[in-house]
Amino acid sequence: MGEHHHGPAKGLSRWFFTTNHKDIGTLYLWFSALMFITGGAFAMVIRAELFQPGMQLIEPNFFNQMTTMHGLIMVFGAIMPSFVGLANWLIPLMIGAPDMALPRMNNLSFWLLPFAFAVLLSSLFVEGGAPNFGWTFYAPLSTTYAPPSVTFFIFGVHVMGASSIMGSINIIATVMNMRAPGMTYMKMPMFVWTWVITAFLLIAVMPVLAGAVTMMLLDIHFGTSFFSAAGGGDPVLFQHIFWFFGHPEVYIIILPAFGVVSQIIPTFSRKPLFGYDSMVYATASIAFLSFIVWAHHMYTVGMPLAGELYFMYATMLIAVPTAVKVFNWITTMFRGSITLETPMLFCIGFIFLFTIGGFTGLMLAIAPADQQYHDTYFVVAHFHYVMVAGAVFSMTAAVYYWLPKWCGRMYDEKMGKANFWVSFIGFNLTFFPQHFIGLAGMPRRIPDYALQFADFNMMSSIGAFIYGASQILFIFIVIRTIISGKKVDDPQVWEGAEGLEWTVATPAPYHTFSVPPEVK
Amino acid sequence: MSEDIQEQSVGRIVGKLSLLAIGMFGFAFALVPIYDVFCEITGLNGKTQTTAYTAVDVVVDETRTIKVQFIATNNDGMTWEFGPSKSTLRVHPGALEETVFLAKNPTDAFMIGQAIPSVMPLKAAEYFHKTECFCFNQQMLEAGEAVEMPLKFIVDQDLPKDVKTITLSYSLFDVTGRMAAN
Repeated sequence: MGEHHHGPAKGLSRWFFTTNHKDIGTLYLWFSALMFITGGAFAMVIRAELFQPGMQLIEPNFFNQMTTMHGLIMVFGAIMPSFVGLANWLIPLMIGAPDMALPRMNNLSFWLLPFAFAVLLSSLFVEGGAPNFGWTFYAPLSTTYAPPSVTFFIFGVHVMGASSIMGSINIIATVMNMRAPGMTYMKMPMFVWTWVITAFLLIAVMPVLAGAVTMMLLDIHFGTSFFSAAGGGDPVLFQHIFWFFGHPEVYIIILPAFGVVSQIIPTFSRKPLFGYDSMVYATASIAFLSFIVWAHHMYTVGMPLAGELYFMYATMLIAVPTAVKVFNWITTMFRGSITLETPMLFCIGFIFLFTIGGFTGLMLAIAPADQQYHDTYFVVAHFHYVMVAGAVFSMTAAVYYWLPKWCGRMYDEKMGKANFWVSFIGFNLTFFPQHFIGLAGMPRRIPDYALQFADFNMMSSIGAFIYGASQILFIFIVIRTIISGKKVDDPQVWEGAEGLEWTVATPAPYHTFSVPPEVK
Repeated sequence: MSEDIQEQSVGRIVGKLSLLAIGMFGFAFALVPIYDVFCEITGLNGKTQTTAYTAVDVVVDETRTIKVQFIATNNDGMTWEFGPSKSTLRVHPGALEETVFLAKNPTDAFMIGQAIPSVMPLKAAEYFHKTECFCFNQQMLEAGEAVEMPLKFIVDQDLPKDVKTITLSYSLFDVTGRMAAN
């Protein structure tokens, strides 16, 4: 940084060449919003086709492409980058650092993403269509029987993985080196803690994902047989490698969400977070356990009894640290002076719905029961309760909570509350009935279904359209706030908010903490 | 902390974390042999042994009758007619049993096939002994040639009591191209 404080560069080059953590955070957030709308549009296509039994709108193969792309875009393009964007904006502000430790690498890790997803999305327009093998891309569906565009997909995953790894290295380097004097590890805000642990998870498992797609690439183009039984390989091996990545991945998505909720609940309860230390240890325990439970996604591959028992008990163990977190949030609210601003509503919605998702997760963890639930809509309902009501609700809460700090304008509280209730009702109308049709035996990833599932599917589709509309409303509210929201200039913004980010001016200036603050 | 020390420290962390990332990429590939070794040691995955079993002193357990089912599958692209002569045998543990599988090459070209066995339930795999099996060798069939392929096996007298049915499944692979390449 030079002698004088300069503002952002003018024009488009500001965004291409920026090394400012706030600019890059903004880029990440807008990129993920764009991907969220794209993936959401795919979901609408899926629900429109499933509105009635029978084939009405699209071909089965295109339906498969939609389910696959919806999953890939939402997981890798929407949820993950949105939390990276949040990390970029907030971690330096929360620990009193002037910027990220490696600002140029930060620029690179963002700008890889649009290319990765352009490659992935372009496969929709090539001959043979986009990947159609599900977001879990099990071999041999994704090797022997894959459309030619699978190579685009592999390249996209490689580039996106490189971006995630660089972003994570940056976050860890920042937190380890650039905390303000006096900010010990156990004084860091919970959001920073959850992100550090998430970053370690990312560095440990994104390379495993890269390894899996590399093996696919070798099988498809270079004659190896990692996953082909005919050549001495094993398709089940693919599932083991994939879920060794995939299970930590779901915690990569949810841990930063836990962090967000742990910031917002204390603010609107006007009490410090209950059990901070236990929150840190619980987060670390969840991260550790995530590495040793992967095969609970594969109970039906014909594992021996000993394996099923081990993975069943280990999986259930995760309920313990997760419950510690849920109880801590509830205890934080207990006897607090609670007000229900929009971010708080989304957080309470998060706790309620995430807990339902956690319970259905426990049901799925029971190996003998999972023989029945496996690959049904019950699984779909379960992971949407933890992904959407978990990650997306908390992300929405985060945007409402920090938006005034970012742009110096307050959202309209009435519209925010409306956004919450429409989301909450739409979400539950979509996914609650899916528990029932799943238990009744409707398989996931099919474009047509038996008549007895018709009513619940129609409810689900109506709910999905309502939920989709609520997300358009959300984007509208954000844009409206940025353009014409009521000006805020109080650094504190929320009366109960604690943390260094509330000590800088509102809106946050381009450069903050050039001189490190003193933390007592 | 001065700028220099901080930069060094960042460099060290980046170095270590990059090594971790590279190491985990290697680990994904290391999982391939680890997985094989693990299955071999524990006998999981329903893999039966690939060499002939030498009989030990056996006591034929007349009190138990085990149903042995045979399944034959052609792998993707294999054109042979392939199947067991009898789909089910009822056997006593400890007794040496014999059956044949039939294979015919209906094409007008010489072909080589390799059968790969698998046993269900998995825990029965180590109690299912083959003293002679066509799966120990490759089958070479001229155009239109048919063959009877013998299988001799003993169900171990120590087979767990709760196993009443054993399913032996063969997948037949076309390995002509691979053998020609060698």
